[in-house]
Amino acid sequence: MEDRIARFEQAILPHLDAAYNLARWLTRDVHDAEDLVQEACLRALKSFGGFRGGNARPWLLTIVRNTCYTWMQQNRSRELTTVFDEEIHSGETNECNAETLIMRGADVKQLTKALEELPIEYREAIVLRELEGLSYREIADVADVPIGTVMSRLARARKRLQQSLTGTMRKEVQLGL
Amino acid sequence: MGCEETRELIDAYADSELDLVSSLSVERHMQVCEDCMRAHHSLKALRSLMHDESLYFRPSAGLRKHIRSSLRDEVKAARRLRLASWRWLAAAASVALVAIASLTLVQRTKGPSSEDLLAQEVVSNHVRSLMEPHHAVDVPSSDQHTVKPWFNGKLDFSPPVENPADQEFPLVGGRLDYLGGRTVAALVYQRRHHYINLFIWPSNDAHEMSEKPMRRQGYNLIHWDKSGMEYWVISDLNEAELRQFVEIIQNRL
Repeated sequence: MEDRIARFEQAILPHLDAAYNLARWLTRDVHDAEDLVQEACLRALKSFGGFRGGNARPWLLTIVRNTCYTWMQQNRSRELTTVFDEEIHSGETNECNAETLIMRGADVKQLTKALEELPIEYREAIVLRELEGLSYREIADVADVPIGTVMSRLARARKRLQQSLTGTMRKEVQLGL
Repeated sequence: MGCEETRELIDAYADSELDLVSSLSVERHMQVCEDCMRAHHSLKALRSLMHDESLYFRPSAGLRKHIRSSLRDEVKAARRLRLASWRWLAAAASVALVAIASLTLVQRTKGPSSEDLLAQEVVSNHVRSLMEPHHAVDVPSSDQHTVKPWFNGKLDFSPPVENPADQEFPLVGGRLDYLGGRTVAALVYQRRHHYINLFIWPSNDAHEMSEKPMRRQGYNLIHWDKSGMEYWVISDLNEAELRQFVEIIQNRL
């Protein structure tokens, strides 16, 4: 028994940061994220027998993700049904170039806000890719969607982030800031 | 490869997820198309901005510790359950043996302590109170001056009722419950989406006891004795916040 829990901790605890980071981005709340990560770890312990070795990180992240979605369905179902507004978001490309982004000092605060405003499935894809460094295949497994969907979610999420950042900058320029 | 196709693949290209042939096509196109090249630079800039350390949320040091201890509790609880069913099986087998061979067999096993039994009852009552939407409270009110008098004539004591709504533990209401062989007062509080049950009854012991935390089936429990009353608090809330709740209640008693 002690041996089992030791093996479990050895496999899981190194990925606790990743688990929390994902839960925090999905719920956007410190306390909810802590509660849900704890719940996910207990769930993971129960299904540890089904874990076939290999990379424990996507395995744990899948459980964290499902725990968060279940909880949100019960408590904040509205957030799960946000529709990505194609009209608004695909019309204008308005790409900013690299130099503008960096020189205008598009700061991390704006980016955080823009990320938080993304619909949950886009936020999830971008967090798993950029912050956790998961491959398209791994993201597809965690989110239980085809790879093509992962690809288009990432592309749209990034486009939306760029629009948010340049949009803010344009407003500042207009206001003479 | 044209602009349209390049733009469709450019994210996968930036993520190094394209096969070699497509990668080379994208690169060849970008060498002659300034717009697509700029789009790629812009993507790279966004990606480097995303790697800022402040975008990565780290858990508090307490969370790791808390999770480790709850994992151990979980394993212990599972083992107790298995042991209990084993004992039950052994008992059933011995009863059968008695019937067949007409032998008297007395088997004594050391039972759990009275505190353990009470904790188990507290967990059961808490779970049961949340099972049905209207079962949690008989008198739904956040006003202690409504809840406290409601217990008059229903209990042989008057429980202290507080409403620390200003500290984000609003009172939801009260109900009668049955614990340790007697009728007790149950007060329900809320913290975000978590419900807290506070059970109160006159204690048998004259001496006071400071707060004792425990964990059962994933719930946090804290109990203490003060001024001739016994208090048990239970919730799925994390231990730190439950302690904070207890402290607030104690300061008001």
